[in-house]
Amino acid sequence: MRSPNSLQAERKTTARSRAATWKSAGLRAGLAAGVLTLVLVGAVNAQHRISLSGDVQAKISYCKDCHGVSAQGYNGYYPIPRLAGQQPEYLENQLRAFIEHRRTNNIMFNVTHSLSPAMINALTAHFASLHPPPIGGAPRQLVATGRKIFEDGMPEVNIAACAACHGPDATGSGQIPRLAGQLYPYMIKTLNNWDKERGRNPTVPDASAIMSPVAHSLNKSQIEAVAAFVSTLR
Amino acid sequence: MRNTGGSLAILIVLCCAFFAPTARGENLAIRNCTWCHGGSASGYPPAPALAGQRPQYVEKQLAYFHSRTRDNPFARQYMWGAARNIDPQSARNLALYFASLPPRAANDGVPSLVGVGQTIYQEGMPEANIVACVVCHGPNAEGVRDIPRLGGLDYSYLKRRLEQWNQGYHAAAGPPMISIASKLSDDQIEALASYLSFVK
Repeated sequence: MRSPNSLQAERKTTARSRAATWKSAGLRAGLAAGVLTLVLVGAVNAQHRISLSGDVQAKISYCKDCHGVSAQGYNGYYPIPRLAGQQPEYLENQLRAFIEHRRTNNIMFNVTHSLSPAMINALTAHFASLHPPPIGGAPRQLVATGRKIFEDGMPEVNIAACAACHGPDATGSGQIPRLAGQLYPYMIKTLNNWDKERGRNPTVPDASAIMSPVAHSLNKSQIEAVAAFVSTLR
Repeated sequence: MRNTGGSLAILIVLCCAFFAPTARGENLAIRNCTWCHGGSASGYPPAPALAGQRPQYVEKQLAYFHSRTRDNPFARQYMWGAARNIDPQSARNLALYFASLPPRAANDGVPSLVGVGQTIYQEGMPEANIVACVVCHGPNAEGVRDIPRLGGLDYSYLKRRLEQWNQGYHAAAGPPMISIASKLSDDQIEALASYLSFVK
């Protein structure tokens, strides 16, 4: 161990020898230029970081203009789905599905086709982290039937329990979406139109094919019941 | 014959006398509205068209004028007074009456801006984080439930309302319009107002 004093002395010596070297004017100019470069690079980096997060904030605000201030979903002329608490992998897959025409929706194609992978990551992480209460509005009398279909399925017509894949709390997992708190009219529209909206690009097959026979096997009132049940889940 | 005719006439007069108070009250209320909003309720600037407007929207706005929640200058000047004595039931009746009238487009926007306005309305401008109005207001700007019809309203009203979202007035509805309108430039507002004024 060297004493603090000896260390200080060593530093002084080094400083003195450095000072001697820097007496050359050329070197001094070089140093000035170097420092300036470092300062500029630092400033540009900082600015880049700020503008990136500003871009993300602006894009999040844009998403929420339609999907609701807490991404809880919104009943516009068309039902706009809840994104809050959604599985990030599912969200990412859907954003790509719009871009790849697997999922056909002109509005969402316009929205997604210019999003960078970094932006998609930032957005999906943000929405997955939100947990506002469901907006409600489904007929209460359908909830009990919906719960039964969700938890037990309908073995007589070969329909598995929704809970088997979507989880007992309907929170989803990975590419399997969260259904808890999803909008009642959105659930109905989606299940009724499954094959018209999903898996539309035959050259890029996707996991939506798994739901296709299930959506077909459910009749109108069963769809409404399941939709009502999951829309109440927190 | 003559007697039957006479009795019938008397019956009609009696019926009119009996039912008149409600009918006349209602007509008077409607006339109080159309005095400013136009005879066929198709608007008379600065009063917007009410014909074909969503009944839930009109009813809600009347309640907001009544409670002085909607507080932009024309609301203060005209509608606070106009809505002062309108109870919830009359508000509903008036809203249903005006909703039943056929809407007529004002057609008074700037024709050269219609294309840009249509693009913003139907597709939005994702690069500028401007959402597509069609998602909430519908493909023909007809509105739904308490989301208003915008199609065919007059240019100056549409422009003024879009500008007002960010001027600090307590708008009748909160989110999402304040955030949406804050992203629109003056030119984009003019384009939207122009397009919508021609939508039937």
